[in-house]
Amino acid sequence: MTIEITSNVETSPGGSPGQSTPGASPSPTAAVSLRGVNVSFGKHRVVRDVNLDLVRNRVTALVGPSGCGKTTILRAINRLHDDSGGKVTGQVLVGDLDVYARDTQAELVRSRVGMVFQRPNPFPTMSIFDNVVAGLRLNGVRSKTVLREAAESALHHAALWDLVKDRLHSPAVRLSGGQQQRLCIARALAVEPEVLLMDEPCSALDPIATAKIEELITHLATDVTIGLVTHNMFQATRVSDYTAFFLLGDDRATGELVEYGDTKTIFESPHDPRTRAYVSGEVG
Amino acid sequence: MSATVFPGGAGIPSDSGALADAIGARRELVRQSARRSLGRRRLVGRIAIGLCVVAVAISLAPLVALVAYTTSRGVKALSWSFLTHIPTPPGIPGGGISSAIVGSLIIIGLAVVMAVPIGTMCALFLVERRGRLAGALRFAADVLTGVPSIALGIFAYAVLVGPGSLIGHFSGLAGSFALAVLMLPIVVRASEAAMRTVPRDLWEAGLALGVRRSRVVRSVVLRGALPGLVTGNLLAVARAVGETAPLLFTVLGSTLLATNPLQPMGALSLTIYSNGTQPYPAAQEIAWGTAFVLLVLVLALSVVARVVSARLNRQAR
Ligand SMILES: Nc1ncnc2c1ncn2[C@@H]1O[C@H](COP(=O)(O)OP(=O)(O)OP(=O)(O)O)[C@@H](O)[C@H]1O
Ligand SMILES: [Mg+2]
Repeated sequence: MTIEITSNVETSPGGSPGQSTPGASPSPTAAVSLRGVNVSFGKHRVVRDVNLDLVRNRVTALVGPSGCGKTTILRAINRLHDDSGGKVTGQVLVGDLDVYARDTQAELVRSRVGMVFQRPNPFPTMSIFDNVVAGLRLNGVRSKTVLREAAESALHHAALWDLVKDRLHSPAVRLSGGQQQRLCIARALAVEPEVLLMDEPCSALDPIATAKIEELITHLATDVTIGLVTHNMFQATRVSDYTAFFLLGDDRATGELVEYGDTKTIFESPHDPRTRAYVSGEVG
Repeated sequence: MSATVFPGGAGIPSDSGALADAIGARRELVRQSARRSLGRRRLVGRIAIGLCVVAVAISLAPLVALVAYTTSRGVKALSWSFLTHIPTPPGIPGGGISSAIVGSLIIIGLAVVMAVPIGTMCALFLVERRGRLAGALRFAADVLTGVPSIALGIFAYAVLVGPGSLIGHFSGLAGSFALAVLMLPIVVRASEAAMRTVPRDLWEAGLALGVRRSRVVRSVVLRGALPGLVTGNLLAVARAVGETAPLLFTVLGSTLLATNPLQPMGALSLTIYSNGTQPYPAAQEIAWGTAFVLLVLVLALSVVARVVSARLNRQAR
């Protein structure tokens, strides 16, 4: 099996997804592309010069040791650093929308790019139903039927419907941690984002719920572009089409993209010895 | 790369074409709705921010005017001897307010010594216990906040100053007591709020390490709440430092440089009161000068509160 490796995204990886992507979809191009992205907090440059594409309707796994800036990069895509004090330079495109252009409104970016966080964060004062449709309501959707349908569909997707269908109006915080996380996934899905960013979405889930989420990710990838941060190498191989491997650079403070390619290549025949060492579990 | 698909999983329609259609339709609807409503949402946001700015301006205006006016009238009286000399008898020029400055500092210092430990412990109790007693205590603190300071003054007079009471004559200590009662509810509620900002997780993290409860309180709760505690206490002090009514009933005022808290003492607010109510320009000038000194003192306290809590916050990181 010959696999073309695109180790840096000068050439779009979408050109040759090769054998690893199932299904016949429109020609896979970048739904999100980062060009020379740097993020700093004050003087501390956290990630340097990241060039990365998330291929449309595919799952891209972001892996790498703790603290190398995976979360930071993910948050740069939907402008969450506007409020975190992080400074982003470089270019981020979502479709043809230039995320950091002066006249781009962060709200519109975020209504197209959903996010699921590492720790479940349902709105504590809202019911399950209100949580799921919060994004729709805030974006001006009023129709009860639409809300209802969207909530049901999103909860189905998040493998939560059967659990909560009889108590949609009870407080969201009464759910267990894993259920809360699935609720947050449903909340992100309800606005039908084109891109879904997931930051270790399964770190609070049991294996069965994790399997459901993985199944969901695979299904969603027919319509949604997914960026998935994970520390679980098996999960990356199970669900992702492409993998980006990050590592702290030589200064031990700034993360950088070491290697990018389709998942099979990254895990079976990576170019960079550091990638090989990491994915085979020799170093952490 | 194909994923492991678990049968009977999430109730996702098996016909992926229909799914795509449904998703596409809803996505279009949400996008349109978002675009349509964004203008209005932004407008509402702008208006809200505008109103906030106006509100800030309205509340700052009297403050700025007061500070500016007091400063313009007060600095004229200010001189080194104004700060270091005791008052002269009425009609004789010169004289200062050193007795009032010293008196105020002593009275406030003693009030802090009384109110802060008790208040902090009450707050800790309120944070730790949810029972009926805690509810009653919180209610009592709220009621006490609303008690007019003149009522506290006459109460302190009855307990400590009047004939047959504990001390039996005017004294700085009685004033401290009145101010401590005044500060107590403020300290309690501010400290409680500060301690509540320490997440429950941290309490439990501490307890789960096998640490004794008292130790968790000291190293985790009090430490975490420290910036808030400092701010809350200093605000209570700032509030008390300008009080006049309770002091009228308790310390009487003195033009001598008294340092014994069991004797009548001077106080800045009393100096303002007694001079400001006289028609003579010289007395007026002393009142304004004292008001200015008081203002600077309160301002200095607030600045100290900010700096200390900022430094503590930075250390905590
Ligand atoms: N708000 C912030 N302020 C200052 N520094 C931050 C902030 N957020 C992240 N950092 C720094 O950025 C670096 C990368 O953090 P990030 O959360 O992106 O790592 P990560 O790769 O997601 O790690 P993990 O796998 O543990 O989640 C860290 O050194 C962290 O200290
Ligand atoms: Mg992270």
